[in-house]
Order: sequence, then C-alpha cells, then structure tokens
Amino acid sequence: MAQRIDVKDLNIYYGDFLAVQDVSMTIDPQSVTAFIGPSGCGKSTFLRTLNRMHEVIPGARVEGTVEMEGVDLYGDDIDPVAVRRNVGMVFQRPNPFPTMSIRDNVLAGVRLNNRRISKSAAEELVEASLRGANLWNEVKDRLDRPGSGLSGGQQQRLCIARAIAVKPQVLLMDEPCSALDPISTLAIEDLIGELKQDYTIVIVTHNMQQAARVSDRTAFFNIAGTGKPGRLIEMNETSTIFSTPAEQATEDYVSAPFLVRASQDVAAVGT
Amino acid sequence: MSTATIPDPSGTTEATARTRAALTGADGARRRKDRTMTVLIWSAFVVAMAPLVSLIWTVLSNGAARISMDFLSLSMRNIFGGDPSGGIYHAIVGTLIITALATVISVPVGLLAAIYLVEYGKGVLARAVTFFVDVMTGIPSIVAGLFAVSLFTLFLGPGVRMGVIGAVALSVLMIPVVVRSCEEMLKLVPNELREASYALGVPKWLTIVKVVLRTSVAGLTTGILLAVARVIGETAPLLVTVGVTDSINFDPFEGRMMTLPVFAYRQYSQGQATCPGGESATCVADIAIQNAWGAALVLIVLVLALNLIGRLVNRWFSPKLR
Repeated sequence: MAQRIDVKDLNIYYGDFLAVQDVSMTIDPQSVTAFIGPSGCGKSTFLRTLNRMHEVIPGARVEGTVEMEGVDLYGDDIDPVAVRRNVGMVFQRPNPFPTMSIRDNVLAGVRLNNRRISKSAAEELVEASLRGANLWNEVKDRLDRPGSGLSGGQQQRLCIARAIAVKPQVLLMDEPCSALDPISTLAIEDLIGELKQDYTIVIVTHNMQQAARVSDRTAFFNIAGTGKPGRLIEMNETSTIFSTPAEQATEDYVSAPFLVRASQDVAAVGT
Repeated sequence: MSTATIPDPSGTTEATARTRAALTGADGARRRKDRTMTVLIWSAFVVAMAPLVSLIWTVLSNGAARISMDFLSLSMRNIFGGDPSGGIYHAIVGTLIITALATVISVPVGLLAAIYLVEYGKGVLARAVTFFVDVMTGIPSIVAGLFAVSLFTLFLGPGVRMGVIGAVALSVLMIPVVVRSCEEMLKLVPNELREASYALGVPKWLTIVKVVLRTSVAGLTTGILLAVARVIGETAPLLVTVGVTDSINFDPFEGRMMTLPVFAYRQYSQGQATCPGGESATCVADIAIQNAWGAALVLIVLVLALNLIGRLVNRWFSPKLR
C-alpha cells in the first residue's frame, strides 16, 4: 500500500549548478502533500527526484538520500525503471500518447513493457483505472477512439488513469491543473481526495487555494534570487502554513502580498 | 502606422474619425512592398515549376508511345539493330532488386545511426558522426561506385560485376540521406511523450521502439522513400559496379544486371540504327531513342508510385485526432 518517503539532506544539481539545496522532509502515506512556492524555486525539480525522473535531463544528479520505507532510491542496486513503476507521475500538460486509443493509453504501462495480459484482465484494468480517474462514464462508449480527441481535462484524467493502471504506491503530480479550466480542475481535485485513500500523493501547485483545498501538509519552497539554489523554507500541516506559519517568508507568500506575487507567477508561467 | 487625422466626413465624433484614420490609414510604402514581394514569390514559384512541368511533359509525350505490354514484359535478349520487339523487363527487375537491396542495407544502418544521434549521442562521437554524415551527403555518386568496386575487388578479385556491389554503392549514397531525414523526424517527437513513457516505468529502449519510433513512423517512412527516390535514378555507380546485360537476371549475387537509368543511357548512346531495307515493322531507325524515353518514363512512374505509397503510409500511421 501507500508508502512513506523520507528525504534527507538532498542537494540537486544540473551539471555544476546547484538547483535545490539541503532539503529534508517526510512525506506521509495516504495523504496529500502540496509543494508551493514561486516559479523557479525548485519544486518541480525536487518532485522529479522522487521517482528519478530528473535523471532524464543530461547532467542532472543528486546528493543525499531519498528513502522509501527505509530503502534509498539512489542506492547502487536500485533500478530507476522499477522506481518509476512504483512512483507514478502526472505532468503539467496532459500528454496522452497520440498514436494510441483511449484503451491503449490506459494499458500503455502494460503494453509498452511487453507484458502479456489476458483480454478480460485488460478490460478489467481499463475499467478500474478509468473509474479510478472518474473518467469511465465519459469515455466507456469510445474506448477505441484516439486519446488526443478528448478535452484537456479529460486528457489529464486519462493520464491519471494511465498512471494508476501501473499500480504505483506513490503518485506525483506536477501542476496537474495549471492547463485546465475551473470545472476540470474541480474534477481533478475531487479525484485527488479519493486517490489519497490508496496512494501517497505529492502535488506541485501554483494555486494557493488548491493547495489549501486538497492537501494535508504543505511545503513552502523559496529562492533567494536568480542563480541561487531553491530551498525548503517550511513544511507543516496545511492549516498551519496558511494561518500561522513559523517563517516570515512563508507568511509573506501565503498572505496579502502573495496576491501581487501570484499574478507575477502567473505571468512568468505564461511566458 | 499612420496616425494622421483626416477630416470627419460623416459627422461622427472625433474619436470615431481618429480610429477610422488609424485603421484605414493607407500605408503606401508597405502596400508597394507587399505587391512587389507577392510578384517576386509567384515568379520564383513559376520559375521553379517550369522545368519540372516541362520535364514531365517531354518524357510523357516522348515515352508514352513506346509503352506496351511487350515493352514492359520482354528483355533485350537477341534484339539487334532497329528491332522494336525488345523490352525493359530486365531493367525494371534489376532496378527493383538493386534498389530494394540498397534499402535493406541502408535503412537499418541509417535509422540506428539516427536513433543514436537523437537518443543517446552526446559529445565528441555524436559530433563526429554528424560531421561525417554531412560530408557523405556530398560524395559524388561515381566515387561511391568506385568505392564499392574496390571493396569487392579486395575479396573477389578484379572484374567482378554483380547486383549486390551496386546495392552497396547505392547505400553509400543513401545512408547519409536516411540518417539526416530520420534524425529530423525523431527530433520532432515531443519530449513529453518520452517522459510520459519513462514515468510509467518503461525502459529507455522500449520507449524508443514503442513510443518514439511509433509516433514518428509516418515521417520516417517518408524520409526513407525520399532517400530511395534519390538513388533509384543513379546511373554512374551502377555502370561501374553492376555492368550491363540484355538478359533477365534475378540473382543480385551472380552476374551482371541491367537497371533502368543505365538502360536509358545505353540506348541513347546507341543512336540511330541502320535499316538496310528501309523502315518497316521489324526495323525502326530511332528505336533506341524511343526505348530510352520509355525507360525514363517508367522510372519516373516508379518514383511517383513510391511517393504515393509514402503518402498512404503517412495517412495510415500518423496520429489521429478523432
């Protein structure tokens, strides 16, 4: 079932550039943990170290440990492919495979790995995953249609269905709603609330209200300036972070001045 | 933008007039530029199209009369002088076999090299491969032919002519084209799809085979067919490697073969035949020239057919929206 993650003294580099410095945190199982902070502060970079996805970028490396139930993900005998099967990921922009039908997209984790699966088992997996992503009723009559024909919000839920079809223990979400309209966002947020019964969920978001709505614990990242590394400023119960944070920087970010900053963030994301 | 105000003709408010002036403001210089460039671009298009249309028309009008079932299904064996009963079947067979063999050699090498460059290559080795591929693109085709001849001479001794040597010569010309076009196509596959696949716990090689290649298969096919079209009309390297023959030969590993471009060249250089008893049904003076035009037409139709197949493959395999 859902697994606990302990991060200790993690430094993340791109080549010689220290992108994120000295992060230590504990992520509880069967809960939603939100990462907030201004653009470029290393939230997404840090998120990607939790399933070794950052290694895809040439020159990226880490120091420190990320332990999943006590097992260091960066140990010598750890297979990054197995890590990613255990820790699923949903990206900022919905990215269903354009050459595959809705059904094949859900089965992608099985099919792409050349694993054999009986037809009935495949049907069951498709239905269970699509139901898990609250998409079944909308697509059950057109499973053979291309996944790219769905709306943005449906595509994102298809990507979530695809991620949970691999049966991961942990689900990472990198700004999953930033490209979606409010109604689709609400659908995904409801879904996150249901998924946390079974998974450890980590979500990066630029939306304070979203963090407040969906998460149990919130981590605030910040960056001192361009070219400086991002750091974890504070992590606590979400209610505490948004009402009585311990750090002044957190207070500044989540309270009134945030409105100004958030609009700057939105502008930065838009560019 | 012109901001000059014009007199208010219809008695509307000043703001309306100013807006109208700003939006209708005739920018004479820009319009003239627009006209000039339009004319230039259209004339460039016509200049580019004229030779192409003229070429197709000439080949069609000169070659169409020679095309018949016999012409397509007979060889030139025991055909001499102005005898019009010969055909190009042996040359069609030779062209198809040699080009197919060259494709079989070039596509794996070229595609794998492209995959290396896009998915794995970095640093000195990748730059070196890119550089030499670029250099190879410019190799004169006769040099490729001589390379293949000397390579096989090392193993088989001098004077050997066979289809496979020609195929090797053609693949020397074809590989860089395949690498280049496949590289561009693989680069077009969005990184998001690779990441989506990695995030599902799919290893890199399966991601390449089942996501990257599958997504770009339409473009890869087009690129490969263009490379085939590039070499199918080669004459010089085939002349030195495969030689010429008047007979049908299905075995590229044994004996000389005829190919369409070489056939056209040979027939053309034969010139007029002498007909001692005057022109008749069994002796046509310019039959060799007619044969050359006929072979040229068949070659063009083959290339056209390849392109059509490419289009169809493109349509079948490209990602669909609904």
